[in-house]
Amino acid sequence: MNIGEILLKLWNNSGFAYIIAQFGEGGWQNFVMILIGCVLLYLAIVKKFEPLLLCGIAFGCILTNLPGAGLYNQELWTNFMTEGHPAYHSYGTILKEGGLLDFFYIGVKTSIYPCLIFMGVGAMTDFGPLLSNPKSLLLGAAAQLGVFVAFFAARASGMFTALEAAAIGIIGGADGPTAIFLTTKLAPHLLGAIAVAAYSYMALIPMIQPPFMKLLTTPEQRKIKMEQTRTVSKTEKIIFPILVALFVSLLIPDTAPLIGCLMLGNLLKETGVTERLSDTVQNALMNIVTILLSTSVGATMVGSNFLTGQTLLIIVLGVVAFILSTCGGLLGGVVMCKLTKGKVNPLIGSAGVSAVPMAARVANKEGQKANPSNFLLMHAMGPNVAGVIGSAIAAGFLLLVFGG
Amino acid sequence: MPDITIGQAGIYAILGYAIVFIGLIALMLVITLLGKLFTRKKEEKAPVPDAEVAAPAPVAAPGTAGQLKLYNVDPKTAAMLMAIVADKMGKPINELRFLSIKEVAE
Repeated sequence: MNIGEILLKLWNNSGFAYIIAQFGEGGWQNFVMILIGCVLLYLAIVKKFEPLLLCGIAFGCILTNLPGAGLYNQELWTNFMTEGHPAYHSYGTILKEGGLLDFFYIGVKTSIYPCLIFMGVGAMTDFGPLLSNPKSLLLGAAAQLGVFVAFFAARASGMFTALEAAAIGIIGGADGPTAIFLTTKLAPHLLGAIAVAAYSYMALIPMIQPPFMKLLTTPEQRKIKMEQTRTVSKTEKIIFPILVALFVSLLIPDTAPLIGCLMLGNLLKETGVTERLSDTVQNALMNIVTILLSTSVGATMVGSNFLTGQTLLIIVLGVVAFILSTCGGLLGGVVMCKLTKGKVNPLIGSAGVSAVPMAARVANKEGQKANPSNFLLMHAMGPNVAGVIGSAIAAGFLLLVFGG
Repeated sequence: MPDITIGQAGIYAILGYAIVFIGLIALMLVITLLGKLFTRKKEEKAPVPDAEVAAPAPVAAPGTAGQLKLYNVDPKTAAMLMAIVADKMGKPINELRFLSIKEVAE
């Protein structure tokens, strides 16, 4: 082989040649997706939109759309999901024929990553505010409104099946791991769009929520100072994760993987005798899983799958779900404010949309805008962590009904 | 599962929202009961207040010329709290006057 032939072969095997040769037949989609990946990287690095996750998602998106690299093979996963196909539910085939990102994606497919992330979230969460004010759970429930309205709207649009609609609805839970967990089970082909929508809106909470907080509450309500809640004993904090894991998992067994891991992480934090494990779960494990999860979610953003009208509609339905969940929580807060004769500041209702602790911080900030001496953060943390449990229950219900 | 109609989707949506409420209300009741149990236990364990035992005397914070009284709060925590308050109020700490800091126990 002479030098000319070698150079020609190099060119023919390159992704550039593929994009040019196949530009009209799908190559443009790879090109556009690489650009989208770069935009997401810009948002993560410059605008600081959930950078820990968006960086990995964006880079996974770029890697998966490199023609000829074979890092992620969508057809393998299509076969994996096709009943009757020789590769149906065969991880052996994936390991034999897959690329690097296919191997990463096994952790998403088996729900290992979302559950481990939940364990880390549990280890980082203080359920004290919830224990001292259990009524916060009602706000966490009210803030799941967007999940079910978006589910209904997605199905009513006629563009999505019930399974796809259920996966889209969960964006309203404002809980990334839960959204990934449910979407992987019900509509894995929509994972990229749903994960990007969920994490983008979570990052935009400081912009999305305040206008609705002002719209649904009066200036007097926003000024309300809440009383200090009672101190929670260490024993209560230890019993709580065990109790919730048992109770919620018995009530809706489909939530057991998420709630079980969330509460195990929290138990490791609260026992006081497993500090090393708690530290590992909160830091090392969480960081490793975040890298694997974000990259493999980004890998599902294959051009032919992502650049569709459905993705645009998912983005729209996602923001609708988010807004309605915020409104649901706020309306719940207004009702509680009236019932308690002004003892509850309704702003804390908006924190019912999981997104810990961003939503609670926004509630605190808006409260301080109305009354600079108002400190709502700890009060808002109650609904905030209640929202995590609420969105897990909502996901469990949808999985129970549509998971088969 | 065969796909559902819009009417069925509406029913599932209402049912799902209701289930979330039922689940969390039930959990709220369990947590409330647990809280009451622990509060009662704490009250039973609490010693009868002794009239002769005086409340702990406040400690003068170091470096404040004895103006700031600290009740059950160590100087490090007090410094941290004052810094947080100054930061939240957006005012230099030397323009604020702290009279006393007291840990509010249940």
